[in-house]
Amino acid sequence: MGLLDHHKKIETHATLLLVLSFLVVTIGGIVQIVPLFYLDNTIEKVEGMRPYAPLEIAGREIYLREGCYTCHSQMIRPMRDEVERYGHYSLAAESMYDHPFQWGSKRTGPDLARLGGRYSDDWHVQHMINPRDVVPESIMPSYGFMMNRTLDRSDAEHVRDIMAVYRVLGHPYTEEMMENAVDDFFAQAQEFGDPGVLDRYPGAQQRNFDGQAQVTEMDAIIAYMQMLGTLVDFDTFVPVANR
Amino acid sequence: MWDYLKLAVLGVVVVVAAIAASMARDLPYLVHMLVIMLAAAITFVWQIRRVGEPAVVANPNEYMDGPVRFGVVATAFWGVVGFLVGVVIAFQLAWPELNFEWAQGYLNFGRLRPLHTSAVIFAFGGNALIATAFYVVQRTSASRLWGGGLAWFVFWGYQIFIVMAATGYVLGSTQGNEYAEPEWLTDLWLTIVWVAFLAVYMGTVINRREPHIYVANWFYIAFIVTVAMLHLVNNAAIPVSAFGSKSVPVWSGVQSAMIQWWYGHNAVGFFLTAGFLGMMYYFIPKQAERPVYSYKLSIMHFWALIFLYIWAGPHHLHYTALPDWAQTLGMTFSIMLWMPSWGGMINGLMTLSGAWDKLRTDPIIRMMVVAVGFYGMATFEGPMMSIKAVNSLSHYTDWTIGHVHSGALGWNGMITFGALYYLVPKLWQREGLYSLRLVSWHFWLATIGIVLYAASMWVTGIMEGLMWREVDAQGFLVNSFADTVAAKFPMYVVRGLGGTLFLLGAIIMCYNLWKTVTSTAARQPARAAAVPAE
Repeated sequence: MGLLDHHKKIETHATLLLVLSFLVVTIGGIVQIVPLFYLDNTIEKVEGMRPYAPLEIAGREIYLREGCYTCHSQMIRPMRDEVERYGHYSLAAESMYDHPFQWGSKRTGPDLARLGGRYSDDWHVQHMINPRDVVPESIMPSYGFMMNRTLDRSDAEHVRDIMAVYRVLGHPYTEEMMENAVDDFFAQAQEFGDPGVLDRYPGAQQRNFDGQAQVTEMDAIIAYMQMLGTLVDFDTFVPVANR
Repeated sequence: MWDYLKLAVLGVVVVVAAIAASMARDLPYLVHMLVIMLAAAITFVWQIRRVGEPAVVANPNEYMDGPVRFGVVATAFWGVVGFLVGVVIAFQLAWPELNFEWAQGYLNFGRLRPLHTSAVIFAFGGNALIATAFYVVQRTSASRLWGGGLAWFVFWGYQIFIVMAATGYVLGSTQGNEYAEPEWLTDLWLTIVWVAFLAVYMGTVINRREPHIYVANWFYIAFIVTVAMLHLVNNAAIPVSAFGSKSVPVWSGVQSAMIQWWYGHNAVGFFLTAGFLGMMYYFIPKQAERPVYSYKLSIMHFWALIFLYIWAGPHHLHYTALPDWAQTLGMTFSIMLWMPSWGGMINGLMTLSGAWDKLRTDPIIRMMVVAVGFYGMATFEGPMMSIKAVNSLSHYTDWTIGHVHSGALGWNGMITFGALYYLVPKLWQREGLYSLRLVSWHFWLATIGIVLYAASMWVTGIMEGLMWREVDAQGFLVNSFADTVAAKFPMYVVRGLGGTLFLLGAIIMCYNLWKTVTSTAARQPARAAAVPAE
């Protein structure tokens, strides 16, 4: 036990113990985390990914705020039953604009990674007001209050401020997108709104999601849910073998 | 001079917080600024009443147990709060009507769940760690807490952190990262408190009169420094506005996932394991009145544990879009982690060699032994679940919830209860506990509660995992998702019942500890001289 005798040096020297402990606990993280930032195959090259549209950001913020991630995952694993139930397995590229990721860890409710386009807006409105009206077995809380929470200009400006931070972090928002952020926010929730929002955010859904005249949190959350997992063009996607 | 400087700083904090509150862009930020303002104002008044008073010179040969006493009370209080919220959300999952109409948007499951996890891990567990760390480091170093009043700052600062985090969750302020939900302002405050904690702890160890640093302190040191690193990296974020609670985390997508679970798993590894092992290494030998079983084992398992744990994060991301090489690394290290974990268990259990008879007579030692037993079980189950084939079934299911709770209720809960039962008579100079019978009641309620909890979660977890993947002869899925939800109902009721028993036990403990302080005979005041610990 010669080696262990040397331990006396460490356990009689507080600073040495502190520094060595710290060095020992840094190694694993460095090896596992740092390469993810420079290895090319970490995030697949895909067609169709774009940063979030303003109204979708507002919806995503509500998703975070209400803790949806505590019960819903957004990560389809490549197993037969999951692909069958939810659709194509999730790619790293699909969450590249998610700060932070919302893959989740628990499916008290079903996976939402490819929720977009699965149900009608009406279904979503009914489901959010009282989930048991459309799924009798559901144990999800009701979120009817979102129908009454109107979003105004200051909410849209808050989203624009968030976009400004996203831009600092490297999201490809153009000058045009920034200038139109507030208008796009409202235009996306109108049946015949300015079509410019669709040019700037290809694949975005544009309509009156909750059927009410004013723009509400319900519009925002449904706009977000209706785009989940719809962006990547899987016709052009080729999986990388060595990933 | 120093007093006036403190007053000036506190005054500035009050004014700045008031201005910030008036400019607040959202409700959580407003509430947080008011909390800061109020805390600073109270401290200001308290400080100003002491100006001019002769300074109280602390006897350097006396332990500083004030913050420990407060910490014990806070641990018991937050424990009951955290368990209560847990019971509420457990029943919300059985009966969704408990997401009350009138409280929509405040008390729905999604907001209460972070409140529960943070209350039990950071409020209950954190206070237990800080209180015991302050107690243990003084006894094993034979020196008074370093830094004068800094230990008080750590205690009260930590409570402010808890209040800010809790109010934030209910009001909807969250980063959306599990177990790292508090927003930037709360995170910054915790950083300050944590650095002070590290300073007090290291200062005391450096001032020690014992040549060797006792093994419990290694674990506490590793816990404090690692949690600091994890907290800073995972919470890196850019505030959207200086006057709003919202920030944007720097990391995104796959990197964010990896960093989050590097953080998340080591919140388990260092907060709930290394720190609590420090607790084990002091309180079990003291309560059993036996020395630690093996010194060599403690060296080996300490370094192995802290080195291996940090790699285990990716096992939360099996079969996801995280690259395979990282998943494989995570799985490999998780399995290796089984060994140092059991090193700790063996060292704890074998410390009872020659004192096993105490299990019959001493319900406190029984609690501690069961805690170590649950630690052993959870650290076997964990590596098993980190195997990709097993994980493909267990991931996303209630099995994970059961696993976490057999560790959290069994190991962290029980060892903390044991430590509290040990500490209260010592800290309040009592002859002994008010009632050992009530300790027995607590022990059995808690143990049966954990068994109900873990068993029901194994059943529902494995059941739903199998139901999700079931296909018929034609290759179609047999069960809709809603079928699996309906099938889980009876087990959710049993789980809620288990939690209720655990909560009842904790309430009995609070009563028992309260009566110990208020209505048992005082011990003859022995001089609290600095005596080296064994």
